[in-house]
Amino acid sequence: MSPASRPSSFWPVFVSVTLAYLAFVLVLLGVMAGHSSPADLWAAMQSREIQHAVVLSFGTCTLAALLSLVVAIPAGYLLARGRHPVLQLVEAMLDIPIVLPPMVVGLALLIFFQSTLGRAVESLGARFTYTVAGIVLAQWVIGTAFATRTLRGTFGHLSSRPEQVARTLGCSPWGAFLRIALPSALRGVVAGGSVAWARGLGEFGPILVFAGAMRMRTEVLPTTVWLELSVGNLDAAVAVSILLVATAFVVLVLVRFLGVQVVS
Amino acid sequence: MIALSGVEVESGPFRLSGISFEVAAGEYAILMGRTGTGKSTLLEAVCGLRRVTKGTIRLGDRDVTSLDPAERNVGYVPQDLALFPTMTVRRHLEFAPRIRRFPRSRVVAKVEELSELLGIGPLLDRRVHRLSGGERQRVALGRALAFEPSVLLLDEPLSALDESTRNAMQRLLQRVRERTGVTTLHVTHSQAEADALGTTVLRLEEGAVHVVKGGAADAASE
Repeated sequence: MSPASRPSSFWPVFVSVTLAYLAFVLVLLGVMAGHSSPADLWAAMQSREIQHAVVLSFGTCTLAALLSLVVAIPAGYLLARGRHPVLQLVEAMLDIPIVLPPMVVGLALLIFFQSTLGRAVESLGARFTYTVAGIVLAQWVIGTAFATRTLRGTFGHLSSRPEQVARTLGCSPWGAFLRIALPSALRGVVAGGSVAWARGLGEFGPILVFAGAMRMRTEVLPTTVWLELSVGNLDAAVAVSILLVATAFVVLVLVRFLGVQVVS
Repeated sequence: MIALSGVEVESGPFRLSGISFEVAAGEYAILMGRTGTGKSTLLEAVCGLRRVTKGTIRLGDRDVTSLDPAERNVGYVPQDLALFPTMTVRRHLEFAPRIRRFPRSRVVAKVEELSELLGIGPLLDRRVHRLSGGERQRVALGRALAFEPSVLLLDEPLSALDESTRNAMQRLLQRVRERTGVTTLHVTHSQAEADALGTTVLRLEEGAVHVVKGGAADAASE
């Protein structure tokens, strides 16, 4: 048998590992779905509290994802293009929200807004502690770190040469960034926004600590799961979990698909 | 006219110093030299993408040494072409004239003129990733010529092409020179390109630029 025709274990091993993990995730979701029924899901959706949580969840995580991009795009570009040695330290520090336990981020936000500086910020009129704005802030802090990491990778993979040529053609540094770099990075911007959005939708610990779990006020879907579980209503908790997983999956696939359509 | 006088450029550990040469207005100068001697670095210094630490660069009657790349009026075709991945061929040709706020009628006329000169009319609405090597070269050349620069810098523009495409591009560059009369500095390793195109041939060797054919007699290292 020639080396070319000899069966190799290379791809089968990689495919098996990938499929085994995917199968485990699908089994988890399947078991959860089996614990619920369309009637449970329908009943859960009739609850005013849960309807409020759905709207609040999607509204806050969408706003937080957009605000994350406002920081992640310039920060990712700076980390990818900047040459100063201190940027390596900055990059490591920007990962702090990723490595911190989420609950600690909530605790840090709570303590910050009890400090003199935090009180000064709130005295300007924007209330964050135990408010909807606090939910967005907690989602934004963590989402921005993930989006920055994604955008840093995107800009790092893009050559800076087209931007340099654009400079010789008459562009300012801003012009080269807005006309060349940003459109080329659109797929990464969509990916970074999706990551921030998904992180925000699933965020629980920081929101619980910093914004609380007040029904019809600061209750987001992960909070609903926790509140329903805490009162022993497993059916509602599972129904909301399925809703959370299904909508997140549909939105992420849609965003990825539309993102690819836009940039190709 | 392109005139470098005592130019020093640093690029990491690499350093070129005391570089002086002159290319008269309307000349087609070929700059040759072994790999790693700094030919591309010199082109980048002329178009403003690399900082000059000593000496002066004059383009025409202007000292451009400390000017921003956007203010130098230099058309630049880098070795990797660096086309804009999200744009069509037409957008490439319109790019510089639009940035420089040419009137709409002049932008349209320029696109028509260049697409005819470069033979890329049928490609105008295509995205660049769908083009062949020779077509991409012509788009990069068109983009660099579209704002009527006073100087054209070409960094090994034909090196990645097969022989028949290279010959066709060589004829095209001759036609561009006859039609536009733009002062050109063309970096290459190819003696055939130098013989066919160069009215002046310079060689960068041991940190100095020597005149091999034609050109101003004062090209020398300080």
